[in-house]
Amino acid sequence: MSAASTDTRDAARRPGASGASRIALRALHLLLLPLVLIGAWWLASAVTGLYYLPTPGEIAATFVEVWGAERLAADVLPSIGRLIGGFTLGSVLGVALGVVLGLSARLRAVLEPVLEFFRAIPPPVLVPLLMLFMGVNTTMKLAVIVSGCIWPILLNTIEGVRAVDPVLIDTCRCYGVRGRRWLTTLVLRSASPQIMAGMRQGLSIAIILMVISEMFASSSGLGYTIIQFQRSFAIPEMWSGILLLGLLGFGLSVLFGLAERRVLYWYNGVRAAARGE
Amino acid sequence: MKTDTAENARPPARPSGAGGRPRVPRRSPNRAVLGIVGVVGFLLLWEAVPRIGLIPARFLPPASEVLAALGERLVLPEFWTAVGDTVLTWGIGLGIAFAAASLLGFAVGSVPVLRAFTHSTVEFLRPIPSVALIPLAILLYGTDMASTLLLVVYAAFWQIYIQVLYGVSDIDPVAEQTARSYGLGRLSRLRYIAWPSALPYVLTGLRLGAAVALILTITGQLIIGTPGLGQQISVAKNSDATELVYALIIATGALGVAVNVGVRALERRALRWHASVRGEEIA
Amino acid sequence: MLDVTGLQKIYPGQQGEVEALRDLTFDLGEGELACLVGPSGCGKTTLLKCIAGLMRPSSGSVVLAGTSVTGPPPDMAVVFQEYGRSLFPWLRVRDNVELPLKEKKLPKQRRRELSDEALDAVGLLKSADAYPWQLSGGMQQRVAIARAIAYEPRVLLMDEPFAAVDAQTRADLEDLIRTLWKRFSMTVLFVTHDIDEAVYLGERVLVMSSSPTIIQDDVTIDLPDERDQINTRGEHRFAELRTRIYAEIRNASQSATAQPQEAGKAH
Repeated sequence: MSAASTDTRDAARRPGASGASRIALRALHLLLLPLVLIGAWWLASAVTGLYYLPTPGEIAATFVEVWGAERLAADVLPSIGRLIGGFTLGSVLGVALGVVLGLSARLRAVLEPVLEFFRAIPPPVLVPLLMLFMGVNTTMKLAVIVSGCIWPILLNTIEGVRAVDPVLIDTCRCYGVRGRRWLTTLVLRSASPQIMAGMRQGLSIAIILMVISEMFASSSGLGYTIIQFQRSFAIPEMWSGILLLGLLGFGLSVLFGLAERRVLYWYNGVRAAARGE
Repeated sequence: MKTDTAENARPPARPSGAGGRPRVPRRSPNRAVLGIVGVVGFLLLWEAVPRIGLIPARFLPPASEVLAALGERLVLPEFWTAVGDTVLTWGIGLGIAFAAASLLGFAVGSVPVLRAFTHSTVEFLRPIPSVALIPLAILLYGTDMASTLLLVVYAAFWQIYIQVLYGVSDIDPVAEQTARSYGLGRLSRLRYIAWPSALPYVLTGLRLGAAVALILTITGQLIIGTPGLGQQISVAKNSDATELVYALIIATGALGVAVNVGVRALERRALRWHASVRGEEIA
Repeated sequence: MLDVTGLQKIYPGQQGEVEALRDLTFDLGEGELACLVGPSGCGKTTLLKCIAGLMRPSSGSVVLAGTSVTGPPPDMAVVFQEYGRSLFPWLRVRDNVELPLKEKKLPKQRRRELSDEALDAVGLLKSADAYPWQLSGGMQQRVAIARAIAYEPRVLLMDEPFAAVDAQTRADLEDLIRTLWKRFSMTVLFVTHDIDEAVYLGERVLVMSSSPTIIQDDVTIDLPDERDQINTRGEHRFAELRTRIYAEIRNASQSATAQPQEAGKAH
């Protein structure tokens, strides 16, 4: 009797236990290395006592202190606003131009070498140039971001539009699908994997440009604040700024990943189907 | 059983990465003519806009003046020193990033446990913009080349590392099993199975990494002031030598084109044997 | 209903011109189901594209219900061979079927009715909310067929629609075509390289020669209206018709290999 009851209890517990251990393993996968790294940092800074290497605890405490509501409103949010504004504008322009160029072989042939050259120019050199043009203001910072992030988006859109399946083009012609519906249902959707790939590259360039345009030519914003901390040897503050930029990059990448998963749901499905899953 | 073909396992960014797809065929003379028309048209436009006063020449000097300034620069040794410094920083940075990323990528990629334990850290560190490290770089190395190298290595490393991981996970399990059944050792399997199948990915990583490395090289020189073309641009801007700023930007653009063309050529060469297998990738 | 007269198509090529179609003349009556059969590489797809208005012939004309075809005509639907590529992978099955109807500016209610009817007719009403890539090859081709019927065309063109599906699916789809043809009373032109399929499906079989192509023969299929995969294919008359067309196609491809200099003269 007691043996039987132990058996059933075991049987009931076993799947639960293995589930729990799976979750524990996942958590370990997720957290072990970050914890080890933070620990190692702590140890290193405690042992060496280097002035430029504050402990993680110090950085965390400074982070909370430095990036309070006031600085958030004055420096961080305007920077993020410009970043998103510039990136959006660059994406719209890049996709629009890319569609036009992708559809016209002749125009493409004429402009391709020029575009290839513009794409090859490292975008940061645009910062001094546009400062010259426009002085130091919001328009200039936006222009820097737009003119840097537009190229990968533009060129990838061209590739994507060129790669639209000819059978789908014929299908649309047969069924009289044209005009706006043709553009949105056929061309843009079909090019969306390349457009998203271009936008991902454009986003990381936009972040770089947001930061350095403020480091190089500004008296406010995230980049400016961080470089000021470094200049005044406010080391834990500087580290907290680096941490904030890191979190910003990570957060935007996560958001973009979510958007990408939505937009390219069909594309991932097609690929999985082709793999035979 | 999952049969991952290279095409399917490829991340979405692959069809047209930063370097674009090398377009070997279909460059008929007609296209070349149209391309030259485009370049000449662009230069004429650039010449005309400041001349007729649409944009004042102090903001946008005419193309002829900029090209003249570039011509003057081209005979100065200091210009070539700057180019040399830029290329050197780029090359060393890319080299370090490539070596580290390939080694780590192969090591971590082929051991699933390591992969599982490092995933979260990689996903957090990868999107951190390398320019965030600028203050740290200045603090550590001042205006030494090492400052810029830090940025370059950090940025290029992730591009290559991620591609190597994709590449290692793309190894055909049938080929791997065949090799095992013929008794190939771990090292030979790495040499004959893992390396060739990962090579296209490694090269894509190299291509993306090379472009990013150049961007960060110029950024570091511009912002931190380590020697090179970027620093020259900054100096020219501060002395209001507008046509020189434009001339130097053209020089960095030319360097960018050279890097793109060079890496694509390398990719084509290294993957020649691959052409029939992945025509889509090459053509 | 559909008149094709003196159709010729010459492609400009790198080694001189290639004459794909030489001189094709035939006409289809209202409500006819005709099969076009020919050896591979004889320009079947070229002909179909000319009829569909997707390609301009070098000379000759295509007239649909009294109107000359210069672009895709509004009351014609086409089912392509590459079923996987002719469906929009980012649209669900129902949206694929309704897309052309939206372009026709039909009200939502009517679109729904038509797509329901068409999907039901091909037996896919249950999969209306799936994506095409979630379906098997045969089901994907059914979706393409449903899209064509929902469009309510007067003429339905099919370009080797079953070339890439397995034998059992193919037999089912052939019966489906006969059923749909009767139910929706369309004129159907069915292009295939499979002689059995042509004889089994058609009321009439047009035999094409090898490239440069002409219509070599026009065979009336005098099999009973009710056809059945097992019995019809077993009939003596089926075998006769099949043999006749087979012989003609074999002659056509043999004479084609025997006359390269004539093809050269044409340029």
